[in-house]
Amino acid sequence: MDNLDNLDTEKRSIIEMDGVIKRFYIDTPNELTILKGISMSVREGEFLSIVGASGSGKSTLMNIIGALDRPTEGTYILGGENIQKMNTNKLSDVRNRRIGFVFQTFNLIPRTNALKNVELPMLYSGIPFMERTRRAKELLKTVGMEDRMKHLPSELSGGQKQRVAIARAMANDPDIILADEPTGALDTETGRMVMDIFHKLNREQGKTILLITHNPELAAETDRILTISDGEIIGEEILNATEDTGEIREEGEAAQ
Amino acid sequence: MSIIENILLAISGLRSAKMRSLLTMLGIIIGIGSVIAIVTIGNAMTAAVTGQFSSFGIRNIDVGLYSKTGSYGTPSESDLLSMESIERFAERFAGKVDAYTLQESVGMGTAKDGRKYANVRVMGVNDGFAIAQNFKLQQGRFLNLREVKGTKNMAVVSDRLVTNLFPPNQSPLGQEIKVTIMNEIHTFTIVGVYKYEASAYEMNMGSEKDIMTMMYIPVSTAKRIAGTEEGYDYITVTASETADPTQLGMEIEEYFAKEYGRNQRYGIITYSMQSMLTEITTVMDTLKLAISIIAGISLLVGGIGVMNIMLVSVTERTREIGTRKALGARNSAIRIQFIVEAMIICLIGGIIGIILGLAMGFGGFSLMRSAMALDGFNASPDVSVIVVAVLFSMGIGVFFGYYPANKAAKLDPIEALRYE
Ligand SMILES: Nc1ncnc2c1ncn2[C@@H]1O[C@H](COP(=O)(O)OP(=O)(O)OP(=O)(O)O)[C@@H](O)[C@H]1O
Ligand SMILES: [Mg+2]
Repeated sequence: MDNLDNLDTEKRSIIEMDGVIKRFYIDTPNELTILKGISMSVREGEFLSIVGASGSGKSTLMNIIGALDRPTEGTYILGGENIQKMNTNKLSDVRNRRIGFVFQTFNLIPRTNALKNVELPMLYSGIPFMERTRRAKELLKTVGMEDRMKHLPSELSGGQKQRVAIARAMANDPDIILADEPTGALDTETGRMVMDIFHKLNREQGKTILLITHNPELAAETDRILTISDGEIIGEEILNATEDTGEIREEGEAAQ
Repeated sequence: MSIIENILLAISGLRSAKMRSLLTMLGIIIGIGSVIAIVTIGNAMTAAVTGQFSSFGIRNIDVGLYSKTGSYGTPSESDLLSMESIERFAERFAGKVDAYTLQESVGMGTAKDGRKYANVRVMGVNDGFAIAQNFKLQQGRFLNLREVKGTKNMAVVSDRLVTNLFPPNQSPLGQEIKVTIMNEIHTFTIVGVYKYEASAYEMNMGSEKDIMTMMYIPVSTAKRIAGTEEGYDYITVTASETADPTQLGMEIEEYFAKEYGRNQRYGIITYSMQSMLTEITTVMDTLKLAISIIAGISLLVGGIGVMNIMLVSVTERTREIGTRKALGARNSAIRIQFIVEAMIICLIGGIIGIILGLAMGFGGFSLMRSAMALDGFNASPDVSVIVVAVLFSMGIGVFFGYYPANKAAKLDPIEALRYE
């Protein structure tokens, strides 16, 4: 950590990936190498987008970043912790406390209302009932869903579902939000609203956000764009020189 | 995640698929229901039968004539058990037999004193009757051997009769009463008074004053009044505490087999209350076992049904499981969620089964009761069986829910999230 911190202008790096390789069907004739040595680092408070053709390995990479999967080779350090060395329970806890997932298909639990959906990560982290409900209500309010708390997912529009999903991703106040095509199933206008929420979370709360998108306009709004092709990072574009993010992040932290 | 939260989660899951949950529970409901029903009926029957028998005396053995030829003719005086033969027998079985009872029913009568009266049923008994029936007296004593042998006109009457005939401050003991039996007036001296207790088996109409109570007189006197032959077609023997009534019954049969060896028409047979009870209990136990096996099979089928539906549920909810895992649910949390769900299905099924079983048990017993005239006995729920049923149904849930739950717990989160 210290050696990262002493790059004074750079913020602390929250994701450190070095030579990550992901293979499927290992030791079979149809073995597939999907990620072919990914090395990247993401600063705390950065809004990063990942673009690339379909099947290039974006989601596979995202799964590894989100501790849903372990790399076949290479090292991945998340907030100073080595993911390879973790057992299943430890990985669950990392997902629970450090990661907030936002999916293209929302993945709200059916038959469970918006409030309960937002409470879910807190249920698994053992936050007491009262506190859980209080926080879930607060989060729904920040995404403008306070008047739909008792609604089932089937009673919500796509944009509303995604807002609930974002509130849920924020439940345990994670370091990183991973959003895999979060606007993919939404129209432009609702997609815009979702993006605005991400910007707000990034700006005001200093959340590190990783966004996978096929939409170049949305990618252009972020701090940095990584382009992946056939399992390799083939391009990096820095859009916002973020000398001033530090202040904002501190503001965000103070606000919490 | 607390157990309560798991339970609430499971219930909300089941609520959304009520019909399916109910159908799944059916096997459990039938299984648990039939066990509870049969145990309720069985216990009530056993209690009723035992109760009825013990009111006759569980240690009593009926020793009586049976027709060797199978014809139902009236035995002649020489076929009957003579007093001498009974006494010889009593002497021979002295240590094993506490008492023997002779009975001769005379019929109904009315004790009258001017305008005062009391209805009685006159019964001739011997001194052994008091021992065999564990007869308690309020005042005085029971008939003794001398009176029984001497054909004396002595009587043991109820307090009801005393109230009807005597002023409250007068002792009835030693008093004479006139009793009209079959249009003849007989005079008896009261030697003892017992307390009348309304029995569940008899029905008394009219006012309390008209209640018909037993009046016990010496059996020899009864025979004289009724004009019946000497000798008895049956006696009741009370086995002593140390003797086994069933065993003793066989010994008695053996003993009389010699005595009646020459008799072509009649022999002696014994009925021990205990052996009859044992027989009934055996029948009940066999019945219980048979039903239990059926119940066991239905519980097994029910359990497999629960497992099946849980497997379906796991498959259906693959994405949900993936999502939960992505949100940080440990494998154990997923496993517990599904086990609790299976357990709740079984528990609800079990509770419905218990309620249905009790209803069937109570209903069934009341039908049997009226059919078998076992008035005065009631079915009661067996708490221990209910507790076992509850625990057992939960156990089935855990047992048959474990495999699907474990399958859910072991799902790969990515595969689960990609599941269409
Ligand atoms: N579990 C798996 N087993 C085998 N192959 C897999 C598995 N997961 C992903 N792949 C393959 O890896 C490649 C990359 O998939 P991935 O989902 O990462 O692509 P993507 O960049 O997210 O594409 P899209 O933009 O369409 O979502 C695909 O060819 C896919 O078939
Ligand atoms: Mg993808």
